[in-house]
Amino acid sequence: MLKYIVKRLLQLIPVLIGITFLSFAMMRLAGGDAVTYMYENAGTAVSQEVIDEAKKEYGLDQPFLVQYGRWFAGMITGDMGVSYVSDRDVYDTFVEKLPATILLMLSSITLTMLISVPLGIVSAVRHNRWADYLIRFLSFIGNSMPNFFAALVLMYFLSVKLGWLPVITSENLALSLILPTLTLAVSMAAKYTRQVRATVLEELNKDYVAGAMARGVKGSVIIWRNVMKASMLTVITLLALSVGSLLGGTTIVETIFMWDGVGKMAVDAITMRDYPIVQAYVAWMAVIYVLVNLAADIIYHYLDPRVRLAR
Amino acid sequence: MADEKITVRKQKIKKNHTKGRLIFFSVITVLLLLTAAFAGYLCPYDPDEQNLLLAQQPPSLSHLLGTDRFGRDMFSRVLAGSTISIYATLMLVAVVTAVGTLVGMICGWYGKGADTVLMRVSDLFLAFPSLVFALAVAGVLGGGIQNAVIALAVIGWPKFARLARGLTMAQKDSPYIMAARLSGCSTPGILIKHVLPNIAGPVLVTAVLDIGTMMMELAGLSFLGLGVQPPAAEWGSMINDGRSMLQISPWMALAPGAAIFITVMIFNLLGDTLRDYIDPKRRG
Repeated sequence: MLKYIVKRLLQLIPVLIGITFLSFAMMRLAGGDAVTYMYENAGTAVSQEVIDEAKKEYGLDQPFLVQYGRWFAGMITGDMGVSYVSDRDVYDTFVEKLPATILLMLSSITLTMLISVPLGIVSAVRHNRWADYLIRFLSFIGNSMPNFFAALVLMYFLSVKLGWLPVITSENLALSLILPTLTLAVSMAAKYTRQVRATVLEELNKDYVAGAMARGVKGSVIIWRNVMKASMLTVITLLALSVGSLLGGTTIVETIFMWDGVGKMAVDAITMRDYPIVQAYVAWMAVIYVLVNLAADIIYHYLDPRVRLAR
Repeated sequence: MADEKITVRKQKIKKNHTKGRLIFFSVITVLLLLTAAFAGYLCPYDPDEQNLLLAQQPPSLSHLLGTDRFGRDMFSRVLAGSTISIYATLMLVAVVTAVGTLVGMICGWYGKGADTVLMRVSDLFLAFPSLVFALAVAGVLGGGIQNAVIALAVIGWPKFARLARGLTMAQKDSPYIMAARLSGCSTPGILIKHVLPNIAGPVLVTAVLDIGTMMMELAGLSFLGLGVQPPAAEWGSMINDGRSMLQISPWMALAPGAAIFITVMIFNLLGDTLRDYIDPKRRG
């Protein structure tokens, strides 16, 4: 097990270098005129010397690889430069906004599981009966709905029409969390209900289920003890993969509901061409995504006795 | 023996049933594409014509979906928006599929160095959450539908490269490839004439199923102000435009939203049916 983890961690190094390099290179392609843009934004005409001076200050006059090296070292030590717009430390801003995003992600993953696991099981057990058809129909609807549209529909009915919830984030954190969480969970739950259904169906068709039935084991016991255990492996993998689309989804949802997380921060930074912030955001999101996937792989390997005991 | 006959007949009925569904959804899709192509002629009003006297009218007989804050007819704008929203998405999917398949086939066929390098590169792109990456690329390139399409294409191709690579590798050692080579077919000839037709099915299914997702992501970028720029009519940016008016004139955001929803649903239904038709084993 330990050997496997070490191997996977070593494999991670080139990926991390690649990710950070790509994030950095992408922003540098545009980074040249960021300084000019900054001054234009301030509304003052400036001479070339002032621009050069500013470029020097931000280290933009150095060779590309040197800039990357410095930036990468900074990323590890928690120094990612300062924002072009607010002059605040990028790392501090990021760390300050990250908990809100993580809270939103955790709550929507929890809600997704609470919806999709039971529905997926019901759908599989009642295969091709009306409950199955209804659940499949709903999951199809949820799957075809862009999250920003889902957000507005939920906002319209729950906030504007019924007045139950605040339209955008207010002081009441718990109430404000409901709409963004629901929005993210709608499309995710639609997707995972399908997956859970498929996995459980596959598992139900295996011989051991028939064997257990023949021995007179209760249906509910088979489902919860055996089938669930086997299906959880797939669910974990799917969950890890969903973090990617969830990270993308939070940018839109946070912007709609004014949820003060890193997603909204990134969108704001892009419109203001605040490249150091965008750079840090892209790099960190990719790193988080890769690490979550690695964690899922390791958990998978740990939980699967065929893999765990095969040494 | 009798049982077998019944099973065969059942499968036949099921296949016919799927075929019927496929034809049905194909016709609907074609109608949708035609509507989008000729939207300009179908609009009851000029989609860009402003009339402040008629601003924010609720849906009525003369304005089926109401008007926006400049008094523009929402129905005409939703229709006009279909052109960009649908055709930009189709172009995006076509580009991503073509590039991905080409890269994948080359990797799968030649293996070795090129394969390793290209697959590591695709791994790298797959390590980014797609919308996050597209957001950054679109941000760097600046707004505009072209840049939004480029941004999503850059992050979208590796998926198809992976798929095509696996499929090509599976075909590579088949006897028919050997036969083609013995008969003097050149490598590009084999790839295009023999390998491509044999891997096209799964690739096509994946591409059609991807249309819905891509449409939502493209509209998402426009929604965030990184795709189509106002005043051009496009569903994502129209929703963005209408969202601040949700309390006063909800139809401004809900009408284009419903348009995306229905279009994505049609493409998803087409994709699902196509998958059932081509690959009955994976039927849900």
